[in-house]
Amino acid sequence: MIKIENLHKSYPIGKDSLHVLKGLDLHIKEGEFVAIMGSSGSGKSTLLNIVGLLDVHDSGNYYLNGQLIENLDERKAAILRNKFLGFVFQSFNLINYKNALENVALPLYYAGMGRKERNEVAMQYLEKVGLADWATHLPSELSGGQKQRVAIARALVTKPKVVLADEPTGALDSSTSHAVMELLKEINREGMTVFVITHEEDIAEETDRIVRLKDGVIISDEKTVKKSKV
Amino acid sequence: MFKFLIDTDTWQEIYSSIRKNKMRTGITIIGVMWGIFLLVVLLGAAKGVENNFNRLFGDFATNSVFVWAQQTSKPFKGFQEGKGLTLKMSDLESIRNEIKGLEFVVPRHQTQALTVNKFKTGNFGVFGDYPEFDKVQKRNLVYGRFINDNDIKEKKKVCVIEEEIYKQLFDKDEYPIGQYIKINDINYNVVGMYKEGQIGSGGPQGNIHIPFTTFQQVYNRGDSVGWMMITGQPGFDITQIEADVKLLLKNLHNVHPKDNRAFGSFNLGKEIAKVTGFITGMQFLTWFVGIATLIAGVFAIGNILLITVKERTKEIGVRRALGAKPWEIKRQIIMESVFLTTVAGALGIIFGGIVLMIIDATLGQGPEPTLTNPTVDIPVILTAALTLIVLGTLIGLIPAQTAVSIRPIEALREE
Repeated sequence: MIKIENLHKSYPIGKDSLHVLKGLDLHIKEGEFVAIMGSSGSGKSTLLNIVGLLDVHDSGNYYLNGQLIENLDERKAAILRNKFLGFVFQSFNLINYKNALENVALPLYYAGMGRKERNEVAMQYLEKVGLADWATHLPSELSGGQKQRVAIARALVTKPKVVLADEPTGALDSSTSHAVMELLKEINREGMTVFVITHEEDIAEETDRIVRLKDGVIISDEKTVKKSKV
Repeated sequence: MFKFLIDTDTWQEIYSSIRKNKMRTGITIIGVMWGIFLLVVLLGAAKGVENNFNRLFGDFATNSVFVWAQQTSKPFKGFQEGKGLTLKMSDLESIRNEIKGLEFVVPRHQTQALTVNKFKTGNFGVFGDYPEFDKVQKRNLVYGRFINDNDIKEKKKVCVIEEEIYKQLFDKDEYPIGQYIKINDINYNVVGMYKEGQIGSGGPQGNIHIPFTTFQQVYNRGDSVGWMMITGQPGFDITQIEADVKLLLKNLHNVHPKDNRAFGSFNLGKEIAKVTGFITGMQFLTWFVGIATLIAGVFAIGNILLITVKERTKEIGVRRALGAKPWEIKRQIIMESVFLTTVAGALGIIFGGIVLMIIDATLGQGPEPTLTNPTVDIPVILTAALTLIVLGTLIGLIPAQTAVSIRPIEALREE
């Protein structure tokens, strides 16, 4: 699903350049539930941005769904993002003047789906995350956990290949965090590839595979031992 | 590509982003509205002045000059200065024969006379006129006719009176034609009555016209002429005609060629050109002010949108992460700009129209209105509206470009 070979990325800082990713190799298969861990500055956000087609890499190869990503212009990147990727952000990033249903339906709007149809689809996904009753509420009328569930519904609505979650529980308390992770797990059980970035050990523990990054290189890549599964 | 124009979603997006900034949107709209409002009202008012002017001078042949005799101011050919001059009928013949491009040369006489009808009296201006006078200065006849050739030939005692005189000398609803009125104790048969335009050609109390030949005889004027009205054919310069006529008259009357005071003249064409020039200038100024205000208003809209875009950086980033193509972001912002300018323009035109209606109702009514029919032509409005939309699109390009030049990752990082 996601295949990265010898990926390099650096950012110019004044005259110097900051080498953030120093030759990453990573292969994530379809249906995996992966956590990327690392302290701040380890390059995990940069990795997510490149995987999410929000940023471009300097060298190396990146295959998304078997397709080599290179020379993308903004238009093509937008289409690929819409088609293959679902984003969940730490700060939810819901559009504050649109209600829950409209927020969920937005990616479908950009996919070119008709109004009636996309509202129906969006409603299905709101039901899935258990917020059907809140469809007409504005984000400001929702709790943090509810907002994140709306955001997850929005990420799923286009039936992407991969869900990318950047610190999805970063702004939530522990019990809500747990509920959100349960939701992501459920999605994963249904066959979705989920890619989570976190620096919280207990959140990472809930995934199937943990990749640890430090100073732009992968220091470990191992399956988690699931007590529940044992 | 333009399917989005009729898409409810496009409009909902515009509505929601405008609703977020009600106050600012309102103020901006007022800016543009004010521009087009000024343009409409000023152009309408200028048009009203122009219409009024045309109405006032509409009765006159605009390429006409009046010439009369005065006294010499230079000695010439043995005559001392201060010699009194009188125009003669033979002068008119010479002018007709020797000067090119003339349409009419109409002699006139005038005096003041006590006029009586039964117990009603009044002191009015009396003019001796030829039938051609009606062509130079159109008389709007209400009853009867103007003086004709037969009157001239037979020196008939007939007269044509102005409505004001009719009101003073006759009872209400009395039919004046065929009645006799006494002018200087001589009975004249009333053959016509007319309504005066705005610019009177004699005293303030209205005029009585009698045949020129009758005037000459009754008032012992021999073959003299009080003054004359000369009109030029289209395409001939009336100022040149004026100079030629005066030079010819100086020749005929043994006056020094450089004696500028011997003959007086009033060039109506020149005077009217001054006023029309003023009106043209006013219209130009109106356009200038209006368009400058419009541009300022449109820039204000661009500025507001630029600020809005800055504020919405994060939202735009989210939209792009969700799959919005750059063009989709761009067109939304351009649409907002065009929408705002169009709404503002429409409001400005509507308010301008209302104000013009108020102006028309207050200043444009009554017998002597300040303005006549203050209107703006539809093509002018359409041009202004189109200009607005084009400007709105162009100015919208700036914030739109800013919006897409922000990379989604930077936009998302924004807090």
